[in-house]
Amino acid sequence: SNSSLESNLEGLAGVLEADLPNYKSKILRILCTVARLLPEKLTVYTTLVGLLNARNYNFGGEFVEAMIRQLKECLKVNMYNEAVHLVRFLSDLVNCHVIAAPSMVAMFENFVSVTQEEDVPQVRCDWYMFAFLSSLPWVGKELYEKKDAEMDRLLSQTESYLKRRQKIHVPMLQVWTADKPHPQEEYLDCLWSQIQKLKKDRWQERHILRPYLAFDSVLCEALQHNLPPFTPPPHTEDSVYPMPRVIFRMFDYTDDPEGPVMPGSHSVERFVIEENLHCIIKSHWKERKTCAAQLLSYPGNNKIPLNYHIVEVIFAELFQLPSPPHIEVMYTTLLIELCKLQPGSLPQVLAQATEMLYMRLDTMNTTCVDRFINWFSHHLSNFQFRWSWEDWSDCLTQDLEKPKPKFVREVLEKCMRLSYHQRIIDIVPASFSVLSPANPVCIYKYGDESNRSLPGYTVALCLTIAIKNKASNDEIFSILKDVPNPNQDDDDGEGFTFNPLKIEVFVQTLLHLAAKSFSHSFSALAKFHEVFKTLAESDEGKLHVLRVVYEVWKNHPQMIAVLVDKMIRTQIVDCAAVANWIFSSELAHDFTRFYIWEILHSTIRKMNKHVLKIHKELEETKARLARQHKR
Amino acid sequence: AMSSCGTLSILRSDSYAELSQYRDQHFRGTRYDQERLLRKSCTLYVGNLSFYTTEEQIHELFGKSGDIKKVIMGLDKVKKTACGFCFVEYYARGDAENAMRYINGTRLDDRIIRTDWDAGFKEGRQYGRGRSGGQVRDEYRQDYDAGRGGYGKTVQ
Repeated sequence: SNSSLESNLEGLAGVLEADLPNYKSKILRILCTVARLLPEKLTVYTTLVGLLNARNYNFGGEFVEAMIRQLKECLKVNMYNEAVHLVRFLSDLVNCHVIAAPSMVAMFENFVSVTQEEDVPQVRCDWYMFAFLSSLPWVGKELYEKKDAEMDRLLSQTESYLKRRQKIHVPMLQVWTADKPHPQEEYLDCLWSQIQKLKKDRWQERHILRPYLAFDSVLCEALQHNLPPFTPPPHTEDSVYPMPRVIFRMFDYTDDPEGPVMPGSHSVERFVIEENLHCIIKSHWKERKTCAAQLLSYPGNNKIPLNYHIVEVIFAELFQLPSPPHIEVMYTTLLIELCKLQPGSLPQVLAQATEMLYMRLDTMNTTCVDRFINWFSHHLSNFQFRWSWEDWSDCLTQDLEKPKPKFVREVLEKCMRLSYHQRIIDIVPASFSVLSPANPVCIYKYGDESNRSLPGYTVALCLTIAIKNKASNDEIFSILKDVPNPNQDDDDGEGFTFNPLKIEVFVQTLLHLAAKSFSHSFSALAKFHEVFKTLAESDEGKLHVLRVVYEVWKNHPQMIAVLVDKMIRTQIVDCAAVANWIFSSELAHDFTRFYIWEILHSTIRKMNKHVLKIHKELEETKARLARQHKR
Repeated sequence: AMSSCGTLSILRSDSYAELSQYRDQHFRGTRYDQERLLRKSCTLYVGNLSFYTTEEQIHELFGKSGDIKKVIMGLDKVKKTACGFCFVEYYARGDAENAMRYINGTRLDDRIIRTDWDAGFKEGRQYGRGRSGGQVRDEYRQDYDAGRGGYGKTVQ
């Protein structure tokens, strides 16, 4: 409650003041760290600093100096997100009578003048602009009261910068291509609209909790400090600024007609709430229960539809392009924790959100659809797959390649991976069977007696018996020698190792024998590694191995994915072969199925990790060589 | 009352990824050795699985925190069938940590599963240590659990 917060602050200020002679540097360090890492509690700690400054002017001055030093450090090492928190903290110190308003305006003037620099990345100017604008919800009123002419000039410079800056990144970062029902705005444009509205409302901001207001009589007696002139550090080759963003919006006040009114998209309240909720996730992402509890205890939760804000902020992060700030599975588990803490309200908001996302699949970025599928299927698996599938019957009348039926198919496929085929058949209405995944069984061409006239059929039988009798690699090779090469007529036969029929007979038979589980298949790959390497020596060989794997396991995309992974890691195939196979005409009909992209992304990731690893080894070897030469 | 030091330790807190109190009594080596291995391990023990949960399901779920190197199913020593636990080994410790943070305590096959750090798989550790061949916990269990062979062995 507010009064206990105030008495706590007063008490703490007293204790710290007494500790100052002995623990000053420690107290400075802790307060600076809190300013940098706990932005969601900003006004609590600025109040504390204000009280300390009122009791000990020198301490206030030292704190401001320490903050400026920390800000310079952060900018030097590219910690721009934390630097914004420091700037905001400093600006709120104006409200606590620690920093004189004119000196804060002067700092902002230096920030905004960065937009006049030539030959610097736009993201550099963007950051200084963001640091200025995003502090105004806290301190705009005070600065405008003291220095309105200067502020008007700054705002006019802001407007002209925002008009002339490039926005070609926006379509790449938007979750939906459509502007309805909510436009996906560029983050600075959105913030500018919010600040303009704030100014129109005469800088009245009512959402932020300001404990210092209760101490006004004490604080206004305090002497203020002037910020030293702050020159933004110059742009260097090593500077890496934050990426631009698009603001994700999925709700407005019409989505919760019973509850408190959701602040509009251009209200500064919306900005502050979203900033604070994102900061809470950033502070507590490793501790899911704490994170959920902190989100739900965000102050003002009876004046704002907090559950809607929380769900929107979480989906904003989950769908962020190019990547979410945290690992995707964190968001699934966080939402589950939130449902546990608010079982009477949050699940309904989540269901409403899911419905809305489903309705808007037609214009959703494909990467985001993939994340939606992964989240929804994993979420359902924690709730016995309970869902009102009939509500989505509209998708049954559409072409199977359209976004909605495709989404349902992919969700059901993923749900099956987390359970089993019959379960999925049981959980959907009978009408949805057309969208149900295939039973993930293996297709063994040589197991069908009607195929006994196929070339290689007899060899396949021999091979089966040999493998069951624990034949060695050499015995396998000698059995395979009997397989004719369908390509032999096209070639002079010299040094030609690619025999697609040999590959087919061997791979089909082996995978069929090892079909029982992933472990069985992996053991088979390991045991007969030498045979694989020989048969798949050439590029065509590698490609053909992948084709046969697909033929055997086309009903079980998960198996294909793990086999491809294992084959890359054991160098049976290489990344190039996988890419050629994925983009081949034979696989064109599966091109828009998500398992293909799962495999491609996984392959690229492995390649990247490998390149990084050997690059690192190269650098280390070079360094060692250099040291050798020095001797 | 607010403790500033307490506030900062909240920021460093990573309780889900910490070692539990459990130490393997059959571990060959000192407590110190075991703890050293646990702290750098990429392998997790997973418990409270249904006997019917497959390697494929485990792979799908645990694959959400990173690339899996190996899944080893826990087996009844006598029957050689799944007996409700497994080991999941990742290539990178960070991926195992994320599994501890986000997969531990959630559901697989409708059951809340539990993960814990493991010092590393050794041949023989894939078998249950209960007298009847399954896990010890299923030896003395009094309740009926359809996914774990019904009543505990001593009750049967």
